[in-house]
Amino acid sequence: MKFGVVISEGPYTHQASDSAFNFVKAAIANGHEVPRIFFYHDGVNVGTRLSVPPQDERNIQKQWTEIADENCIDLVICIAAAQRRGMLDENEANRQGKDANNIAEGFRISGLGQLIEMGIQSDRLITFGD
Amino acid sequence: MENDAKRFLYVNRKAPYGTIYALESLEVVLIGAAFEQNVSLAFLDDGVFQLTKGQDTQGIGVKNFSPTYRALGDYDVNKLYVEKESLEERGLSVDDLQEITYEDEDDDWEEKPSINIVSRSEMADIMANQDVVLSF
Amino acid sequence: MSTLHTVNKSPFSTQSLVSCLGHAKDGDTVLLIEDGVYGAISQSGISDAISARATEVNLCVLQPDLEARGVDAAKVVEGVNLVDYSGFVELAAKHSLTQAWL
Repeated sequence: MKFGVVISEGPYTHQASDSAFNFVKAAIANGHEVPRIFFYHDGVNVGTRLSVPPQDERNIQKQWTEIADENCIDLVICIAAAQRRGMLDENEANRQGKDANNIAEGFRISGLGQLIEMGIQSDRLITFGD
Repeated sequence: MENDAKRFLYVNRKAPYGTIYALESLEVVLIGAAFEQNVSLAFLDDGVFQLTKGQDTQGIGVKNFSPTYRALGDYDVNKLYVEKESLEERGLSVDDLQEITYEDEDDDWEEKPSINIVSRSEMADIMANQDVVLSF
Repeated sequence: MSTLHTVNKSPFSTQSLVSCLGHAKDGDTVLLIEDGVYGAISQSGISDAISARATEVNLCVLQPDLEARGVDAAKVVEGVNLVDYSGFVELAAKHSLTQAWL
């Protein structure tokens, strides 16, 4: 079965991205597919490569980058939500005249159409938020 | 509407301005309209506050996005279900809501209301009868 | 056609669980996750409302979230089933639709 996953809260403040991670890990272990995860609202902040959590805590961004790499998961950050919150990839940073970018490996920035497309193409769509 | 279109329901249960969910939900609806799916919007619990008339955000320095709901008809989004019990629990009636209409292309472009007031049990039926539910 | 509903808020701080139970259809599953698991505690102000729906609706609670919060499984309302993440996934697969009550 193909699961589409929406994460709509940022890391650390809310449990949403941790719950989603545990769900995705279990789904893959059970033989299901998770082709795409869509990060919306403050969920876009999960994709920053500049977070430095204490060493004895999980690194939420790294967890996603790794599981995505191992299982070919498309990690999509909503562009509209990302721009509001200062999440930029190299192209966007150049286009907007900003002096830095902060998108982590394995994540990409794209439009809301990717969310709708995920809803159309998945057998199930599950949302983790607050 | 294509036969293989999915039924998408956008569930709105949060009030506007205190958090961004209502505005960013509306942004998904507007983008999603281009995908020609069978789209409905549900407003229940505090979500009914999104549709009230007379919103004036000048004093808080935040964009007033309430007029956008009136443009939904232009995007062929014309099924807005508002739960009666949620309105009543909040001391509201349909008269407190904006008038939102669309032009029905199958009926000589007659202007018709987009808002349908439904009971809680009708809302439960609407929710159950979907392919995709997006919650904000 | 049936739905897996997820509730992630404590019923003592928001209406999400009450609203969810008011809309869930017979044969649906309501799964309490994150702070939602506090809704599964027996002899609370809301436990009667929970057990009242336990016959028509499959009520479940996510065990890892329960354990994280130190809620003893023995204190869970009778008729509420404990599931792990694998069980969560299979509930989502079994029901044709998933709805999050955020």
